[in-house]
Amino acid sequence: MKKTCNVNIKPLTRVEGHGNIRIKIKNGKLQEAKWEVVETPRFFEAILKGKKWDNAPWITGRICGICSIGHTLASIRAVENAFGIVPDEQTRKLRILLKHMETLQSHTLHLCFLVLPDFMNTGSVFPLIKTHGDVVLRAAKIKKLANDVCDCIGGRRMHPTRTVVGGFTMLPDKEELSGFSDRLKDITLDLMLVAELVKGFSLPDFSRETEFVSLKGVDDYPFIGGDMVSSDGVRMREEEYKKMTNEYMTDQSTSKWCRLSRDSFAVGALARLNNNFEFLHPAAKEMAEGFGLIPVNHNPFMNNIAQLVECIHVVKESIGLIDELLDSEFKESRQEVKAKRGIGVAAVEVPRGILYHSYEFDDNGKIVKCDCVIPTGQNHANIQHDLEGIAEEYAAQGKNDRELELLAAMLVRAYDPCISCSVH
Amino acid sequence: MEAGETGTRTYLGVPLYRPRVAFFEFSSCEGCQLQILNNESTLLDFLSLVDVVNFREAMTGGSDDYEIAFVEGSITRDDEVKRLKKIRKKAKTLVALGSCACFGGVNQLKNRFKDINKAKKEVYGRHPIDSEPVRTLEDIVKVDLKIYGCPVKKEEVEKIALHIAIGKSIVFPKYPVCMECKRNENICLFELGEPCLGPVTRAGCDSWCPNSRAGCWGCRGPADEPNMEQMKKIMEEYGFSEETIMDRLECFGGFSSLMGKGNTK
Repeated sequence: MKKTCNVNIKPLTRVEGHGNIRIKIKNGKLQEAKWEVVETPRFFEAILKGKKWDNAPWITGRICGICSIGHTLASIRAVENAFGIVPDEQTRKLRILLKHMETLQSHTLHLCFLVLPDFMNTGSVFPLIKTHGDVVLRAAKIKKLANDVCDCIGGRRMHPTRTVVGGFTMLPDKEELSGFSDRLKDITLDLMLVAELVKGFSLPDFSRETEFVSLKGVDDYPFIGGDMVSSDGVRMREEEYKKMTNEYMTDQSTSKWCRLSRDSFAVGALARLNNNFEFLHPAAKEMAEGFGLIPVNHNPFMNNIAQLVECIHVVKESIGLIDELLDSEFKESRQEVKAKRGIGVAAVEVPRGILYHSYEFDDNGKIVKCDCVIPTGQNHANIQHDLEGIAEEYAAQGKNDRELELLAAMLVRAYDPCISCSVH
Repeated sequence: MEAGETGTRTYLGVPLYRPRVAFFEFSSCEGCQLQILNNESTLLDFLSLVDVVNFREAMTGGSDDYEIAFVEGSITRDDEVKRLKKIRKKAKTLVALGSCACFGGVNQLKNRFKDINKAKKEVYGRHPIDSEPVRTLEDIVKVDLKIYGCPVKKEEVEKIALHIAIGKSIVFPKYPVCMECKRNENICLFELGEPCLGPVTRAGCDSWCPNSRAGCWGCRGPADEPNMEQMKKIMEEYGFSEETIMDRLECFGGFSSLMGKGNTK
């Protein structure tokens, strides 16, 4: 039995951005376990200083290539909150539908293209095209549908063009929209087949008691705005985001880290599900229970399952949203915007967890101060603690380098980190 | 068919060569690489054209033996300079993928801070952080081909990959987005009260933003011989401020060398 291990992953693959993992175990004792973030900062918060309000959603959407829709919507909400603009029902529904499809696209990308290879013993999804063509094609089909809806509502699947402060530059074609209804119903079955496949995998059995932070729903599973809660009992309003995140610097990361009641907390699908289980669509709840995913679940690897459960939830909810939109008479797509002095904060649940944008404006609507707190930035400290925990646990068991390397990579990957986003 | 092999697959009777390609990223949102995975209906066709041997965002165990390197992102730190030079040495063809790689993208807005320490202080306070003014790939190494856009258009990337594979030359439109927009029979953005850089920005995106009634922000950089004076005159006639024009011209860095031209004030 090997009780000395050296793991050095530089950089971690199949995640967005650049991070390294280092683990040293000597004679069954953990010497070091480190999650390092080496991504280059891009200084979005400085870039926006002095810019007019309409630059904010357009530029900050570029923080992330995977969740550009989430960033754009968070930015828009922060500006609207500052200017006292309340979106009408039509805009609200279209935004949720757009966000749902980003969630579906992003979760599918993560689960089927980035995580799946770990369970099928390949380095990437590419060889699976030959060996498991049906699985890859099914994932592509789900992702394509999600992206097609994003094109239809947001104008573009990445860095959307129609989403603006006050509403949309133009509305989707109703006929096109109605066509998605059947495709969404059809995709439910595909998601069930993905679930069947995933059920055959054994997730690492590792749990560490964790504080989970997310939005808290009032009547439904929360996505845009509202109060934040933690599984340790903290509850705060959107404007109090700084007290919920408590950002600080650390030498091992170019991203800021966060904490709340403990040394670290987690955000993301598992956090949302743990805090809002009662609001899941019955079909999603059933799937969660089928996986034994009952709140509060403290196994970070279950974030993969929570994402799958959320896929079902957003698909079911989207079918209803499309029906409601088709049944209503389309109104003006955009409200007038009047800039004014003030501060606006937005908390939005994006695929990887809760995202905050905050802007302070002067009388002319120019940005005086900009602050973005990214889901992965909030997760980094928790990843670090999980990594220490899992390395400690397995140090005594005697894993070989290869096993520990895979396990550590899978742990970080389970968080679906968006590292360049976290550094921004 | 194996990589680097001319085999039975042909295009118009010409044997197809399946080049070994690699994807790399520097300071960016990694969105341009993601665009490659993002057009699901043609993904498998694309993958049959090229042999992807290195793509960190999507695969473990990448190879350093490649012919074409698609490089996304701008350069903002010394370790990036070293990594880029290494890629240049290995690649026969280096392609700058997207506006960050070609012009610095939104990242180069940081260069508005004459003193970079002010940008650092704004974000990190007193905590030391390593970052240099943003540079394009071409500022560091020779770039063989540039693919513009924020994000890049998948169809364009695929067409370019096909042309590389069959040895056909790659030609970008010389005319501006305005031409495509007219062809698409859109209502002119100026008539809708929106500022737009369509008259001076290089076409090839099929007027992506104007099709959604959003004015062009010039992410693809200038068309050949852009008439900056006339564009600014039109914008002013429609009542857009110097600041609004400036916001768009400086957003992606493509117009940085033309920024001084056509100043009416």
